[in-house]
Amino acid sequence: MSSNTPPNQTLANPQAPRWWLWLVDRVAAIPAHAWAVMLVLLVMPLVADDFFLFQIFGWTFILGIVALSLMFLAGYGGMVSLIQMSVAGLAGYMVALFGDSGTTISLGLPWWFVVPLAMVIATLFGSLVGLLAVRTEGIYTIMITLAMASAFYYFTRQNYTIFNGYTGFNLVLPPDLFGVNWREPVPFYYLTLVAAGLCFLLVTYVSRAPFGLALQGVRDNPRRMAALGFNVTAHRVAAYAFASALASVGGILLVWQNAQIAPGTAGIHATFDILIIAVIGGLSRPSGPFLGAFLFVLLSTFAPDVLRAIGASGERYKMLIGGIFLFVVFVSPDGLLGLWERWKAHLTRDDMARGKGETRP
Amino acid sequence: MTTETIKSPAAATSSAGHALELRGVSKLFGALAALSDIDLAIRPGERRAVLGSNGAGKTTLFNCITGDFLPSTGGIRLFGEDVTRFPAQERIRRGLRRTYQISLLFNGLTVRDNVYLACRGVSRGRFSFLRSRADDSLMQAAEDLVAAVHLSDLIDTPVSVLAYGQQRQLEIALALAGAPRLILFDEPAAGLSPTERKDLVEILTGLPAHIGYVIIEHDMDVALRVAERVTMMHNGRIFKEGLPEEIENDPEVQALYLGDGHE
Ligand SMILES: Nc1ncnc2c1ncn2[C@@H]1O[C@H](COP(=O)(O)OP(=O)(O)O)[C@@H](O)[C@H]1O
Ligand SMILES: [Mg+2]
Repeated sequence: MSSNTPPNQTLANPQAPRWWLWLVDRVAAIPAHAWAVMLVLLVMPLVADDFFLFQIFGWTFILGIVALSLMFLAGYGGMVSLIQMSVAGLAGYMVALFGDSGTTISLGLPWWFVVPLAMVIATLFGSLVGLLAVRTEGIYTIMITLAMASAFYYFTRQNYTIFNGYTGFNLVLPPDLFGVNWREPVPFYYLTLVAAGLCFLLVTYVSRAPFGLALQGVRDNPRRMAALGFNVTAHRVAAYAFASALASVGGILLVWQNAQIAPGTAGIHATFDILIIAVIGGLSRPSGPFLGAFLFVLLSTFAPDVLRAIGASGERYKMLIGGIFLFVVFVSPDGLLGLWERWKAHLTRDDMARGKGETRP
Repeated sequence: MTTETIKSPAAATSSAGHALELRGVSKLFGALAALSDIDLAIRPGERRAVLGSNGAGKTTLFNCITGDFLPSTGGIRLFGEDVTRFPAQERIRRGLRRTYQISLLFNGLTVRDNVYLACRGVSRGRFSFLRSRADDSLMQAAEDLVAAVHLSDLIDTPVSVLAYGQQRQLEIALALAGAPRLILFDEPAAGLSPTERKDLVEILTGLPAHIGYVIIEHDMDVALRVAERVTMMHNGRIFKEGLPEEIENDPEVQALYLGDGHE
């Protein structure tokens, strides 16, 4: 909070630049459990095997980033957009199309040009969808973005000049930057961890910046925001643009992880998976989507085995995921974040109860 | 009471004439004339009360002045400028503010952030993704306004958990942000406890002299304490206007308004 830094601190300490004071301020404000999570994630490669690093954590971070873009729109903007996975998919497709792949359509341009280009194209696409969607509310926003997500899916299946139709692109690999093979488990783990961490920090920061606060104001009361001099529509479209830029990061990492992309990558199932992840995790804070993604990845990876072990068909794992989704939403409206909050509140209540017990004669 | 927070605009009284002037304003909702041929003039810095029974057209009058509704006929001038066709935010930029009869707040945000948004709305950088030096001064202004409506102890509390009376006070803080010159208060005292009413009167009478206001108020005692002149409305028309004591002792008013006001 800016109020933590008295204005005369800069005067008392003329060498220290403002950004440094700001940074010190921010770092000091990080709570203990966040330090613990950071530490655990940093040393994870010492304990986890390759499968866990690449498949479980890598995938968690990627899906978490795409779900984070939905959390930003839904949690701060009150707009439930189902287009985020399509935006991510488009970014992945653009990397494959403009960069290298095993398909002759690919243009083979250098990665430092392709990656920003893919992000710009995907962001423009997401903003355009936003432009059409922001004049609707609630269920209609969901329907219009779902319609556009399906249109995108069918278009990628039928178009062979850009999206290479049903087969899509294979052999889409990350660049050999610094002589590292970024699809090796440990480098890929750190690549996705850093990307997820930056997206998380960015969303956290923007949520407290003028734009983020204004967006929350638009969510709570668009009429009053207009009466205070804000352009409500423009804020909503800008939120779509920002969220689409985030989703495109997830999409690029996803195509590198799979080394391929096809219509199903951003199909209707994937679209709903992102919604489920964001809702299971909780929409009130940026950590929710990552919690949701972790649970989702664990379930879709191990549920078939668990089901087979108890004698059921492994094919039914989607039902198990659906059941757990229902359970979490049923017991806590704010997903895993809500459960965590309730558990914390429970602890403090216990403490208070114990405190009272001691003072009682 | 921190009056310094409300900046004194250089040109507050430079335009000779009125802060607000309505000429022949009417508003029809289908066949219903919510307002008929309203003439009203408010001097800069004037404090005016509008009284009238439910459905008299008081809130509709405010909606026409702020630009929420377009009047069916007539013209509105704000600080000498014809704003009849201006959108709401253009009127806000000219120093007009309002509160709402039913609070319109940002329930998911804290008291501080609510007022901060109000300060931000009339300043630059509404789309900024970065916090800057200017934000600190806006945040400071927000904190001062929170203090002005006696909510400093609750500054980091989410609005959704505030008591009703506290939400009404916050409504007022949102209207005081920026550099207001004329504020429209829509029944700010309705539903308040006697202590909260006293607080409210203190806030209103403590406003800097260059800020004029129009207050809709059912409670005659409050209205008489905070207003220099009183306008009586009935069935969409202005029915009487004068000094508080004239209105209070007017037999017609007593028959028409105070009669059913004390039902
Ligand atoms: N948006 C609207 N649409 C239709 N009728 C309205 C609308 N707003 C107000 N009215 C009607 O106009 C009349 C005046 O209402 P209002 O201005 O709210 O009265 P007051 O604030 O004095 O109680 C009432 O009869 C009300 O039903
Ligand atoms: Mg009213």
